Amino acid sequence: MKLIGGYTEEMRESIEKVEKTRDKRMKMEFEAMSMAERDEVLNKYHPDYKPELKRAVAIGPNKGDIAPNEVVDLLEAHPLITEKDIDLSKIDYDVDLLIIGGGGGGTVAALWANDNGIPAENILMVTKLRHGDANSMMAQGGIQAADREEDSPILHYLDVIGGGHFANKPDLVEALVKDAPFILKWHEELGVQYDKNPDGTYVERPGGGTSRFRLHSSKDYTGMEIMRVIRDEFRNREIPVLEFTPAIELLKDDEGNVAGAVLYNMETEQYFVVRAKATVLATGGFGRLHIQQFPTTNHYGATADGLVMAYRAGAKLRDLDTVQYHPTGAAYPEQIVGLLITEKVRGMGAQPVNKNGELFVFPMEPRDVEAASFIRECYGRGNGVVTPTGMHGIWLDSPMIEEINGEGAIHEGLDAMYRMYKRFGIDMTKDPILVYPTLHYQNGGVEIDANAQTSIPGLFAGGEVEGGVHGKNRLMGNSLLDYNVFGRRAGLSAAKWAQKRSKPGKLTLRHVSSYEKQLMDAGIKTDRRSPMLLPDYRGKKVLARMLDDVL
Amino acid sequence: MAEEEKNMITVYIMGKAHEVPAGLTIMKAMEYAGYQFIRGSGCRAGFCGACATVYRLAGEYKLRTALACQTAAEDGMFLTQLPFVPANRPEYHVDEIEPGPGTLAEYFPEITRCVSCNTCTKSCPQELDVMDYIQMSIRGDYESVSKLSFDCIQCGLCVARCPAEISHYHVAQLARRLYGKYFSPVPQHLLNRLEEIEAGKFDEAISELKGLGAEELEKRYVAREIEKIERGEVMDE
Repeated sequence: MKLIGGYTEEMRESIEKVEKTRDKRMKMEFEAMSMAERDEVLNKYHPDYKPELKRAVAIGPNKGDIAPNEVVDLLEAHPLITEKDIDLSKIDYDVDLLIIGGGGGGTVAALWANDNGIPAENILMVTKLRHGDANSMMAQGGIQAADREEDSPILHYLDVIGGGHFANKPDLVEALVKDAPFILKWHEELGVQYDKNPDGTYVERPGGGTSRFRLHSSKDYTGMEIMRVIRDEFRNREIPVLEFTPAIELLKDDEGNVAGAVLYNMETEQYFVVRAKATVLATGGFGRLHIQQFPTTNHYGATADGLVMAYRAGAKLRDLDTVQYHPTGAAYPEQIVGLLITEKVRGMGAQPVNKNGELFVFPMEPRDVEAASFIRECYGRGNGVVTPTGMHGIWLDSPMIEEINGEGAIHEGLDAMYRMYKRFGIDMTKDPILVYPTLHYQNGGVEIDANAQTSIPGLFAGGEVEGGVHGKNRLMGNSLLDYNVFGRRAGLSAAKWAQKRSKPGKLTLRHVSSYEKQLMDAGIKTDRRSPMLLPDYRGKKVLARMLDDVL
Repeated sequence: MAEEEKNMITVYIMGKAHEVPAGLTIMKAMEYAGYQFIRGSGCRAGFCGACATVYRLAGEYKLRTALACQTAAEDGMFLTQLPFVPANRPEYHVDEIEPGPGTLAEYFPEITRCVSCNTCTKSCPQELDVMDYIQMSIRGDYESVSKLSFDCIQCGLCVARCPAEISHYHVAQLARRLYGKYFSPVPQHLLNRLEEIEAGKFDEAISELKGLGAEELEKRYVAREIEKIERGEVMDE
C-alpha cells in the first residue's frame, strides 16, 4: 500500500478538501445543539441507547437494574475462590488501612490518611500492575477547577449536572466543584507543574460542555505529571505497596464490616490474607471489557475488579447503564486505533470535519452528544473517511491549531499527540488526523456519599470505581478532579474510621458463599468467573475490533 | 484473514521465532504469538513506560530501544522486554529542601560522573535530550531540567544504558518538583477563589441548585452563557 505522509491516496483526496475549506471554516461558528437536538442524536446514534445490548442484573443489591451485558456477565459469575480455599485464621498482613488500587485515587487516599494520623507502616497499598499503572497516568487534557474571576463553582456545578443529564448525586457534585481549587493548591505545594501564562495566571481552556475556560493542563501530559508527583511523594513516605498482587475478594468481620481482602500474587500464584480496620477501593474502571466490541483508551488493567468485589460484599452500585465513549479515539493508523486523542485538540481550535471538509457539529458538545454526532456523520449520513482496514472516521483539523494559536502551539501544548503520530509517519501540524469514538470511562460505579463512604461500613471508594459524581455522562477534566477529591475524602474518612476501631474480629468470606447461593437460586448456570484481572489478547483476539459491527 | 496470512513476518522474542501479521505493534505481536503479559504492559498508549524493549534488526549491529506499544514489529527483529530497571533513588521531603545550585548533586552525587557520552539521549524512546538535562542538573538549572525532562515517562531505558550509573529520571523528578514548588508561584486568582470558598461565598447558591427539580435545573443549564474561543487570537504559551 502506497502511503504519502502516512496516508493513502484516497485519504489524501479527502485531505485536499479539508484544506480547501479551512480558511472559510476558521471564521465559522457552528451553533451548539438545543436539548431536543441532543436527545435526537443520542437516541438514534449513541451506543448506550441500544437496549438489546444490555440486561437487568438478576441478583444482588441492584437486582433489576440495567447494565451492559459485559458488566452483568462479570457480576453474574462465580468467584475465583471459595470459602474453603483460604485459611482466614492465618493473617499475612495486619494493618489499619488497606488501599486496593495503585492509581491516582489510591495514592491520594494514602497520602491524606498518612497526613491524618495513620502511620505509613500501618497502611498497605495493593495493586494489580505497577504503582501508577492506571488511567490516571494517561489522562492528557487536564483538570477542571473554577478559579478565574469570570468563573465560579456555581457554573461548574451547572455544567457537571447538565452534562450528566441531571442524574448526578447533588452532594457529590457540590464536593467536586468546591474542593477543586483546594486540590490545585495542594498539587502546587507538592510541586506539580501546570501551564502558566507569563503573568503567573493559569492557562485555561474550554472542554466539551463547560461554560467557561476551566481546564488546567500540563501540556498534554497532565495525568502523568500529577500521577508521577503524588507517587514520588508516596515513595518518600515509605508507604508499603505490593505490586502485581491484586485483591480478588473483600473480607468482612462478624459484624458485617469490610475488614480487609484476599490477595492473589499473579507472579507466584500465592494467596494472602489482609486484615484491615478500613479499606479503600480505588480500582478504576472497565474499559478493557470492550463493551459492544469498542476499542478503548484505557490501561491494561481496567477490568472492573472493584465493582465485582464490592457487589459480592453487598455494596450498592449506580449509573452503570451508561458508558462514556470519547468522541476522539484514533481511527488511523491501525497500530494506534482506539487510543485517546485528547479533547484539548478541539479545545485549542481543531474542528471535526467530514470527508468533504465540512464542519457538521459544534466542536464542544458534551462527550456523549459529540460522539453520537460523529457516529451519525459516518454511518447515518455516509460522510466518514474510510481507512484501509474498513474503519470509518472523522477528521480533526489539527493544522488549524497553529493557525489560531501561532506556530509551535502543537509542540508546546500537544507534544504527546505530535509524538505518537510522528512515530507512525504522520505530521499533525501539517495534516489532519482521523478519529472515531472509543470506549473511555465508566460513568457510574459503587455508590458513595460525600464522605466517600460506600453502603457497607468499613469500605470507602474514590476515583473511577465510584459512581454518582458524573451522573450519566462525565465532562472532560472531571476525572482527574474526581480521583483527587474523592480519593482524598476516602483517605480522610477511612483514617477517621480506623482510628475509632479496634482490630476486626473473626474474618469471613461468608458473603461469597451466599452470593454463590443467590446465583444458583436465580438459575444462573455459567462457567464465567470474576474478577477478570487481565484481558486475554492472545492469538487473533489481539487484532483490532471490527467497528463496522457496531451499527 | 486470508490477506493477513499472506502478509506474515518473523519476530524473535527472546530468541524464539514467531510468525505474526505485519503491521502490529511489538506488544500486539507478542500477544499474537501467545504471550499474556503480567509485567511489560501498562497503559498501552505510550504514557507509562511499562513496556521498555530492546531489540536488534536483522543484519544490524545497533542495539535499539523502544516502547513495545508504540513501535511496529518488523521482520527479523530480535527483541526482549525490560519490564523493570533497578535505579538509585534517595529519600527526600520537598518541604524540607532549600533548593540551591548544588542540591541535585547532593541527593544524586553520581550525576557528576556523567562522561557526556550521550547514550542516554540515544536510548530515550521519547527522544528527550537526557544528557543535556543531566548537565543542567549538575549546574542546578531547575527550569531547564524541568523543560527538557517534562515528557519523561520514566521507563528506565536511559538508566539501563548509562556507563556512569546515573538514575536520570529520578534526578529529573526531584528537579521538576522543586521547580514547581519553589520557582513557579501559586496564581493569585486561585488563592482568591480559595478564600471565597472558605468564606462560604457560593454555599447559598449551590444549596439552592441542589434543591431544584430537574426541570428548573435544566432551565438554568440551558440559560447559562458559554464562553467562546476567539478566532485568530494568539494565545500565550
